[in-house]
Amino acid sequence: MKYIWVLRLAVIAAAIGALEVMCRFGVIDTFTMPPPSKIAADLWRILVTGRYNTAIAKTLGNAAIALALSLGVGIVTALLIYRIKLARETLEPLFATYYAVPVLAFYPLLIILFGVGDVPKILIAFMLSVIAVIVNTLNGLDRVPRVLLKTARAVRMSPIETALSVTLPNAAPHVLTGVKFAVAYSLIGIIGSEFIMSSDGMGFEIAFSYNNFDNATMYPMIALILIISVTLNLLISKWEQIILVRRGLR
Amino acid sequence: MSVLVRAWRGPLLLIVGLIVLWQALYWFAGDMAMRSPVQTVRLTADLLAGDMLRPHIVETMQAFATAVFFAISIGLATGLVFGFSRIASDIFEPMLVAIYSIPKLTLYPILLLTFGLGMSAKVAFGAIHGIVPIALFTINAIRNIRPILIKTGRVLNYSPLEMVRLVLIPAALPEIFTGIRIGFALTLIGTLLGEMFASQRGLGNVLMRAIGLHNVDLIMAITFILTAVAAVATGALLALDRRLHRRSSLTD
Repeated sequence: MKYIWVLRLAVIAAAIGALEVMCRFGVIDTFTMPPPSKIAADLWRILVTGRYNTAIAKTLGNAAIALALSLGVGIVTALLIYRIKLARETLEPLFATYYAVPVLAFYPLLIILFGVGDVPKILIAFMLSVIAVIVNTLNGLDRVPRVLLKTARAVRMSPIETALSVTLPNAAPHVLTGVKFAVAYSLIGIIGSEFIMSSDGMGFEIAFSYNNFDNATMYPMIALILIISVTLNLLISKWEQIILVRRGLR
Repeated sequence: MSVLVRAWRGPLLLIVGLIVLWQALYWFAGDMAMRSPVQTVRLTADLLAGDMLRPHIVETMQAFATAVFFAISIGLATGLVFGFSRIASDIFEPMLVAIYSIPKLTLYPILLLTFGLGMSAKVAFGAIHGIVPIALFTINAIRNIRPILIKTGRVLNYSPLEMVRLVLIPAALPEIFTGIRIGFALTLIGTLLGEMFASQRGLGNVLMRAIGLHNVDLIMAITFILTAVAAVATGALLALDRRLHRRSSLTD
């Protein structure tokens, strides 16, 4: 299994190398994209000088708030919906079609309601990510072994005890899948709304440097967002794997 | 009859609930922020009857159709190539999952610089949203074909072509279709986002301009159109998807 990792790294290295060569030899001109080595150097400079630290902190902070909100609300909602059959039947079509609806289109409405600031951005990110949490938690709850629930009833656990010590731990791998999506969606929500209308954050800085042809800022910032989201995704996937292996499910 | 009632009870309850919620929100937020459901429907009808929106709708539909075409063909091709090779899917599947999770919105400046402002940029933007899920589902669909089906095909002495037509496609189709359904929805979003940021025409761009001018009528009408179209289209695809899955589980 080890050599798969070597192959993966080799593929990634080859892709970056190819980009580097194409940029150096003018297949891609430098106005379109600077070579990866220069992007890395620029990113290093930006991080060391700390020029965009407030923007970075703002975006990540808002995404974290949206993530925490959607996890809290999503898991509790899923536990409630799971209990009420009619609610689930009603909401199922919403869940199924939700991600075809451009949620970002509601951003202007939220700006009018709450003013330009952090609240509408966090709400958009929350609206995007909470459904992924609910759907995946429900999926996990469906797969909790019946016999465990019966045992919980037999030893007279209270509903909250049952949720905390039986249902949620058993649904955990699926909840984690939800978390993975929620991380991605909260970043998309925050950055997307920063693109549309905002005065700070990484999305705003990218849009601003795009308008000023400032590739030395734009590309490193884009790279930083990609690195952050891919790293988080990999970490959660790893955790998911560990839980699945421990449960003997894989 | 009762089956029909049961199938529609959920969606109907949902629609009624959403309208009530919308009206309540309108009473709370007022005319500055939004329009009531009735007003919005009237505004939408007026807009659709007039000439203003028509070229933009045509433009968006063209962009979306092209993007879906590219998403499905590239996604399927990628999925088929990786799906049939164990080692290729082991190497590339986690990468595809990682790509799936990145906020593609951040890539729009790169696409703009590469394709320039206009049709090709938003088609590319739509397509990159759809390719990855279609590829991922196709890979899994092929990997999860039960070996016994392929063995049976071999016992019956099928030629490679018959194998694909009679065994592989029917076995993998439901799962691939699920991928296409999700890819379809994401491509729609991608195309609209592309229009919002990387275009001078199309519904996304009209919406973006309406946001800039604070034209609440237009914002509400376009959001309503987009939401309704997206919901109806994915609803129909979902029904088809369920039927395919049901059929294949019957033959198991």
